[in-house]
Amino acid sequence: MSTSNEHNASKFHGIWALTKRELKKWLKEPLILLMAVLQPVIWMGLFGKAMNLGNMFSSSNLNIPSVLPIPGSAVVPPQSGSIYISGTALSQMFGNLGPSIMHNIFGVSDYFSYMSVGMISFIVMFTTMFSGMSIVWDRRLGFLNKVLSTPVSRGAVILSKVFNASLRAMFQATIILVLAVIFGLQVSSTFSPINILGLYAAIFLLCVGLSSVFLALALRSTKWETQMAIVNLLNLPLMFASNTFFPISQMPEWIQAIARVNPVSYLTDAVRQLTVYQLDSTALMFDFAFLGVFALIFSAIGIALSWRYLTK
Amino acid sequence: MSEEIIKAEGLTKVFNKHLVAVDHVNFAIKRGEIFGFLGPNGAGKTTTINMLITLLKPTEGTASVLGFDIAKQHDNVRHVIGVVPQEYTADEDLTGLENILLCADLYGIPRKTAKERAEELLKLVELTDFKDKKVQTYSGGMRRRLELACGLINRPIILFLDEPTLGLDVQTRTATWNYIKKLKKEFGMTLFMTTHYLEEADSLCDRIAIIDHGKIIVVGTPEDLKHSLGGDVITLSIKDDPDVTDVIRSVGNVKDVKREDGSYRIKAELGEVTAPFVIEALRKKGYVVTKLMLTEPTLNEVYLEYTGRSLRDTEESAEAFRAQRMTMRRART
Repeated sequence: MSTSNEHNASKFHGIWALTKRELKKWLKEPLILLMAVLQPVIWMGLFGKAMNLGNMFSSSNLNIPSVLPIPGSAVVPPQSGSIYISGTALSQMFGNLGPSIMHNIFGVSDYFSYMSVGMISFIVMFTTMFSGMSIVWDRRLGFLNKVLSTPVSRGAVILSKVFNASLRAMFQATIILVLAVIFGLQVSSTFSPINILGLYAAIFLLCVGLSSVFLALALRSTKWETQMAIVNLLNLPLMFASNTFFPISQMPEWIQAIARVNPVSYLTDAVRQLTVYQLDSTALMFDFAFLGVFALIFSAIGIALSWRYLTK
Repeated sequence: MSEEIIKAEGLTKVFNKHLVAVDHVNFAIKRGEIFGFLGPNGAGKTTTINMLITLLKPTEGTASVLGFDIAKQHDNVRHVIGVVPQEYTADEDLTGLENILLCADLYGIPRKTAKERAEELLKLVELTDFKDKKVQTYSGGMRRRLELACGLINRPIILFLDEPTLGLDVQTRTATWNYIKKLKKEFGMTLFMTTHYLEEADSLCDRIAIIDHGKIIVVGTPEDLKHSLGGDVITLSIKDDPDVTDVIRSVGNVKDVKREDGSYRIKAELGEVTAPFVIEALRKKGYVVTKLMLTEPTLNEVYLEYTGRSLRDTEESAEAFRAQRMTMRRART
């Protein structure tokens, strides 16, 4: 017969045991891990490098002739005859505009630094989406029922998936960050190695929130197709109605409205504040507050639903 | 000991407000016995087991496991039971040993104890040589044995087996039965199992409940149930097939005579003694017996008698039955 000691231990033991199972499965499939890292790398490489926005505004793209006539009618007050401007001087003037526009809109001088950091949000999104999928599989294969017939708490089933998604995402984010630096990410002068800890904290918070959402959606589902459809439906809006690839300030107002409640925006901003931006601590605090509240609310909902739906 | 270790009173489960899967079921299981739920697919066996192992909440009625209420004291119940589900639930990506240790962790068993028990159980189900192989490489029989080992890691007082040999070939099935018998002997547990294999119920169970349409139709030992059919069956044919029902009926010990397809089906006690008397009675009237067969009742006949499954098949279209089963399966998950 089980002792009362075993009884108490299992409450905490269970979460760790289930998390460990998932991590073991993950580590045993290096191919899946490789693909998971490769995908954002390809995005970074193709999207980040191909969309060379900084270069778009450089003087070589302006095509200004060496001498530029200005008709007299264009000058106020109108004058007869024409004025001439030195094209070389003008192209120098406009050439300096490029970095300045980039800086004002994107906050950094090159697009790659902007978007490669956004890839961290990208990876968090994808990893958490698949945590919902895994509970569907556990149910289909009967594993979930076996777990539920043991004294493990229902909340532990959810929490272990949440932790697993978070640990995976943090690991992948690390790889992405290292690769981004190798590919030419420029960190700002306010960056210090301690910021990495803040980075992990922010990633963890979004992981907890998002994976709770996807797990809650998957709790009663027995078909992975349904889950796939949900993931496909949500991933584009979450990704593009956020600052992951493009600054919110330049979007039409209705997208801005979505982007401002989209938690992905806040992780991306927090990550940028900690790496490529000149650190604005007020903005960073706000990011953390938003992510924290998001995580708290949705993990509470997830656990509450698991209590309700995992016993029928 | 005849202590009642599981007791169900009016246990009922209704899915989606109208599909009655288990309908006011009452039964009691004694300590140390192997109790079997026998019934066709969709009869409510798995639903009953799922309520007893606290996966489902009963809609109505109660049941207690070792005195713990399944609805109110589910944590206590979960600690004293072991479960071997119908499906192969082991994680295919992990090894056999890792799977057992994972189960141990779910019960909060300290690592050292868990390792000792795991080795012992692996030896018992003869998987020691395969413990470090991924479960994907296991055969069906090996997976079943691994499930058995997982179900025993917390030294349960009651072990629940849901269709323990579903989908296994005949040889592996017999081997699995031997493991189950061995486990029971080794640990002296009480076993609750469901099956739709008659031979399985006959060879393993001390007592059987036949369940159909969510209701228990009859409970008893396999012997009692066979006996309740009213003895042996004598089947005989007579040259030219005249109607001799009355002649046969006049013989002592004969309980029932049915004439079907040119042969007679006679129910009689002590068939081997009665048969010669029947032949003699017929011979006196000038009839010639051309063929005679004596069968002792099997659980198969009991099953047919009580579930009337052949009868139901003619009443209900196979399609309707399949649709019902599909609904039940959907509702259950």
